[in-house]
Amino acid sequence: MTTPHESENQEMQTSVKPSSLADVANAKAPKVPGTAALGTGLETRGVHAWFGKHHALSNVSLDFAAGTVTALIGPSGCGKSTFIRTINRMHEFIPGAAMAGEVLLDGKDVYAPGTDVTKIRLQIGMVFQKPNPFPSMTIGENVLSGLKLAQLKVDNKDDLLEECLERAGLWNEVKDRLGAHGGSLSGGQQQRLCIARALAVRPQVLLMDEPCSALDPGSTLRIEETIRHLSDTMTIIIVTHNMQQAARVSDYTAFFLSDGGPGQMIEVAPTSEIFSRPQDSRTESYVTGRFG
Amino acid sequence: MSTQELVIPVAREIHTEPRRSDKVFRGIVTGGGLSSLAILGLIAIFLGYRGFEVLRQEGIGFITNSDWAISTDDAGNVLESHFGLAAMLVGTILCSLIAVVIAVPISVFSALFLNFYAPGWLKKFLITIIDMMAAFPSILFGIWGFLVLMPSVEYWAKLLHRYLGFIPVFDMQVPVFTRSPFVAGVVLAIMIIPIITSVSREIFSQAPLDRIQAAYALGATRWAMIKAVVIPHGRSGVIGGAMLGLGRAMGETVAVFTVLNIVFQVNWQMLLGAGGNVASLIILKFGDASPYEIKALMAAGLILFLLTLIVNAMANLIVKTTGKSGR
Repeated sequence: MTTPHESENQEMQTSVKPSSLADVANAKAPKVPGTAALGTGLETRGVHAWFGKHHALSNVSLDFAAGTVTALIGPSGCGKSTFIRTINRMHEFIPGAAMAGEVLLDGKDVYAPGTDVTKIRLQIGMVFQKPNPFPSMTIGENVLSGLKLAQLKVDNKDDLLEECLERAGLWNEVKDRLGAHGGSLSGGQQQRLCIARALAVRPQVLLMDEPCSALDPGSTLRIEETIRHLSDTMTIIIVTHNMQQAARVSDYTAFFLSDGGPGQMIEVAPTSEIFSRPQDSRTESYVTGRFG
Repeated sequence: MSTQELVIPVAREIHTEPRRSDKVFRGIVTGGGLSSLAILGLIAIFLGYRGFEVLRQEGIGFITNSDWAISTDDAGNVLESHFGLAAMLVGTILCSLIAVVIAVPISVFSALFLNFYAPGWLKKFLITIIDMMAAFPSILFGIWGFLVLMPSVEYWAKLLHRYLGFIPVFDMQVPVFTRSPFVAGVVLAIMIIPIITSVSREIFSQAPLDRIQAAYALGATRWAMIKAVVIPHGRSGVIGGAMLGLGRAMGETVAVFTVLNIVFQVNWQMLLGAGGNVASLIILKFGDASPYEIKALMAAGLILFLLTLIVNAMANLIVKTTGKSGR
């Protein structure tokens, strides 16, 4: 099931039959969406994305219920990362990038004129593929950097610091050295530091762009546990190349594919269904490892 | 598994025999690298050799005294001579510090503007303009400073004197505002802006994209991102650029000579129209100097050379001790 463009993935990619992936997906505690007292969630309507003249993503409409984890899977170059970067308006940093359609957060279009884009990014946090802590800051300063960057005031910084590191599953490892530099941590710890940093501004949605692809299996498992815990209080969208990971952590899975043209969203369903009885034959081929 | 005890071997010597093409290239680049060292060394030896006699006679007074007098008899024999550079050294440091203090903020802001705010066409245009500024002949800066800047700087100098006069460097006893170290510093500032801007722009453009994105993804405004990522990353580079600018300012000759009133008296009052500058002293005296006075000028050159070396060494030290954290 490992394909050439996934070869950088050193995660646990053993060859598994789809039925066993479905078992993995079913083994999770069932999630009832919308139980937490959250907003109405996130919705995209007819999202297209371009890089210059290149049409990268076509007509993606997805609904992310509050308090759920949605995995985006599909071969490289199918627009998954581009799609999540349109959600928190990181897409527009690339020169020549353009988009069409609507991204609705609690019913409000994040691209509406007059929207304060920094507020949008506070509500929709992001964790990147490569851990990117600020090297000039200590571990503690890294976690709280979002408050400083967005000029937010908090009453008790120490409590927030501990809470975020606890939720990111890093507190026990760093509690005695909060003054050390962020770069002194291992790759997996750095990524959990980045998750803690994203949590400190209390986002309502967390986007994760292949957060485990640069990590070892142990760190990957810890981050997956973290994701399960976090999903009680926020909506999570995770791009992953690892179908086992999608099966383990997500409530819903969306399959993206490009047939040479712009990437499209082929199918979205509860994760157990995607891996047991996908509706589209292309989804079935991908999840059973026949291509990708 | 062997039952015998493991004998730990001695580490092997590792040889590498480079190919001939590599050796040739190595020779060429080594020659290039050493030639700058050789040229610098030869200049130092030349200045030291020519200035030795004067340095020996004046001793430490050459850098602590402030007079420059020589009298000769009709045959050209030296009757009496006093050479002291203190006023010129103080003036050199004062003018270049004024220049750096004015130029660094302007350069850093232009570099940030060029990298993060300017639209593409304007960026290209401004970079060309700034590079042209670097190639502009310094005598023209000097003439411009004399004819255009001086009359208007007088107004600002008077303001500074009136409202900041309680600070010693802004104070003055005699109301002579023209041809002051302040005017020379402003002219020098304009001359070193291009180099500091260009070094800063280069280092700012290398700020890592993943951290820039991390800052934006945390809801940072552009300015907050610059403070958190770009400036910590670029700080050591900006200091390096400022030191390059300081070096150029200390060595600048003709522009300073055009605007500065050279007086052999130590003066820290930057607004007062009396200053000094080692390089300008050399150009002032060189034309009609006797052979012995030429030797004194060579010694002055050596002192300027050493001052520049010391400043550069200090700059390296600053970059080394403050630069690591941002990377």
